[in-house]
Amino acid sequence: MNELQAQLQEWKAAIERFVPRWWPKALAVALIAFGLILPQLFSTTSNFVNTEILALTYVMFALGLNIVVGFAGLLDLGYVAFFALGSYAFGWLGSGWFFKAHVHVLTHGPPSTLPGIHLSFVLILICAGIFTAFAGAIIGVPTLRLRGDYIAIVTLAFGEIIRVFALQGPSLKIFGMPLTGGELGISGTDAPYLPGVGMFSELNIRPWYYTIFVLVLITLFVNLRVRDSRLGRAWIALREDEVAAVSMGIPLVRTKLLAYSLGAAFGGIAGAFLAAYTTLIDAGEFQFGFSIFVLSMVILGGLGSIWGVVLGALLLANINYYLIPDVFNSLPGTFGLNFSLTDLQVSIFGFLLVIVMVLRPQGLIPEQRRKLELTRGIGETELDEPEVDRAWASVEPGEAVK
Amino acid sequence: MQRPRSTIRLDWGSMEARSLPSRTATSVARKALLEIRRAAGRWGLVALLLAFPIYFAVHDLTTGYPGFAHGHVTRIHDLTYLGTNIVEGISNGSIWALIAIGYTLVYGIIELINFAHGDVFMIGSMTGVSFWSAIGLGLATSTLGLVVGLPLALLVCMLVCGALNVLIERVGYRPLRGAPRLAPLITAVGFSFILQNVGLLWRGGSTVGVSDLVRENKTVVQISGVVVHRADVLSIGVTIPLVILLGWFVSRTRQGKAMRATAQDPEAARLMGINVDWTISLTFLIGGALAGAAGLVYALYETTIWYLQGFEAGLIAFTAAVMGGIGNLRGAVLGGLIIGCIQQTIDARVGPQWTPFFVFGLLIIVLVLRPQGLLGEETREAG
Repeated sequence: MNELQAQLQEWKAAIERFVPRWWPKALAVALIAFGLILPQLFSTTSNFVNTEILALTYVMFALGLNIVVGFAGLLDLGYVAFFALGSYAFGWLGSGWFFKAHVHVLTHGPPSTLPGIHLSFVLILICAGIFTAFAGAIIGVPTLRLRGDYIAIVTLAFGEIIRVFALQGPSLKIFGMPLTGGELGISGTDAPYLPGVGMFSELNIRPWYYTIFVLVLITLFVNLRVRDSRLGRAWIALREDEVAAVSMGIPLVRTKLLAYSLGAAFGGIAGAFLAAYTTLIDAGEFQFGFSIFVLSMVILGGLGSIWGVVLGALLLANINYYLIPDVFNSLPGTFGLNFSLTDLQVSIFGFLLVIVMVLRPQGLIPEQRRKLELTRGIGETELDEPEVDRAWASVEPGEAVK
Repeated sequence: MQRPRSTIRLDWGSMEARSLPSRTATSVARKALLEIRRAAGRWGLVALLLAFPIYFAVHDLTTGYPGFAHGHVTRIHDLTYLGTNIVEGISNGSIWALIAIGYTLVYGIIELINFAHGDVFMIGSMTGVSFWSAIGLGLATSTLGLVVGLPLALLVCMLVCGALNVLIERVGYRPLRGAPRLAPLITAVGFSFILQNVGLLWRGGSTVGVSDLVRENKTVVQISGVVVHRADVLSIGVTIPLVILLGWFVSRTRQGKAMRATAQDPEAARLMGINVDWTISLTFLIGGALAGAAGLVYALYETTIWYLQGFEAGLIAFTAAVMGGIGNLRGAVLGGLIIGCIQQTIDARVGPQWTPFFVFGLLIIVLVLRPQGLLGEETREAG
């Protein structure tokens, strides 16, 4: 085993000698160019591009969750709350749902004459981000004194509570108007309008693709900049050792709440975009399974590793929305078996999670720092060692990190 | 079943560390605040839990509730309704308690939220129903047939679910003991999905009614108007012996001692000659067996099963385990009973659609007021 590893490292070093040092940048540029060209290769209503729009939305969700779970080490199992709130922000501000109100800000085309609150698309996205950022801070407050798994449970509980409100919205009235559409959903959302692009529609999904592509690029940029900033380093310090970080003068409350807020804001913006794209805000979507789906992307890719998370999200979303239902669905049939793959979708997904975790628990592209901890820290012991725990925020009192 | 020190209490330490420099003029106010916070932590939760029944008791006695007496509809002013709620809550809660014990055992020993546990319980229900139809139990079966057949079904469910849980641990969790803490959590989620899919293929995507073998709605006894149904007797009657047996096992036997030792410090336990792997497997076996028992009781109690029941029950039971103090067996039972009572009361009075709001809202308040749970502190020894 060790010989094999040594051999692999030798090869790796040999490859690194040939590849110029700027290859990550070149790769990034190439990937962006590829992403820009991609929809042009398919028709304007192609199912594949549709999947990629969903996948990119999930990239944004996953990057948001990565700030909370990966950077700050706060296990959030209620991320669906921000998807829900972002979606409702779009439903409330970009449709005729509040039919008694007549508010129009920078709207264009048919929505500017209809009753209800109608804001321009970009404005709604910004509002959704601000709204969910506040919500994230509020959800974060009760978890400040808790650790690890307890944070997970509190966030899970908040997610479920928001789901209850989403489902029971029709019976909750504000100014005589129902709060949400419940399981029937809020439908008839405004089609986004961007100057220079025009009205978005189902007949040409390329503008949707480019919008989410740009949003993902912005998210990536913010993530990369924040990770290396003072705030990002504070998050990592808190994640590694809260007591030490606080005694070094890191403001605990502000730093943690900022992680929740920023993570939530990205989730909210992605949720608002998804609501605009699907034109229906249905409370049935806001299930615990969504939180798990996004968390799986983050962990599969590698906690805290931005590029890993992007890869994990793209992979899982494509498997779930494209490969299983569309590409391989008829595969058992071609072998004469009498079932379709969609029946097994959930368990295929489950198997995948189990196998990947057992074979590569650190994720596909592990964060550099965590990789060092894993290889240096624990050696051959089988049981849960304190060194491993430390990567995960449960620090024993009075012990120094070795 | 608990780590020697709760990791939760640490946070107070860190908060205090932060407040060190500014302890001058405001120290008296700060001390008072800390005192209030401590009192809220100790008594606030108990007060909150008592507030529910007291509010409803006062409400019933003064405003009354709509009922049927002396041949016409009227408002009744007594505590019968609340009593019914509590009896149903205790019987339903004892099912949650059985599942919660599985969570708490596993968490106590390897600090993992076993997300697949609720789905093991669901598989238990389905195994039970399939088994009793296979051996020919139906509505026409005589009492003798039920007396022989149902314990057999219970045994089969416990064995199947115990074995399933051990298998999951062997395949999914054991290879990950040295991995980052979230990795086994994700395999747990993976297994949960797999089991849900099994349930979906087995019994279809909607709720399935099963034959009401024990006539769960028949009255067994009536104490001053509070009716105790057969279902209540069944679920309490299965839970109490199992919990007593488990308590005896953990506190009195050699293997139980090994479990407690492993929960406290796996490394030291290994040095003392305890086979840690076997002990962890045994813990999963017991947890799974209890979930299987809960599954069968649930099928008889609710007379409907479906593939997502495990997910819902899992969330509720986990809440119960946390509320009682995770890692603590008595706490899991207590938490299960409390959640059951709250659930039944809210179901009957506010509406089942709002129950999750109350259950999870309470959970958040519990964790804010008393993060170690109701019985969290006395878990140094077995529990």
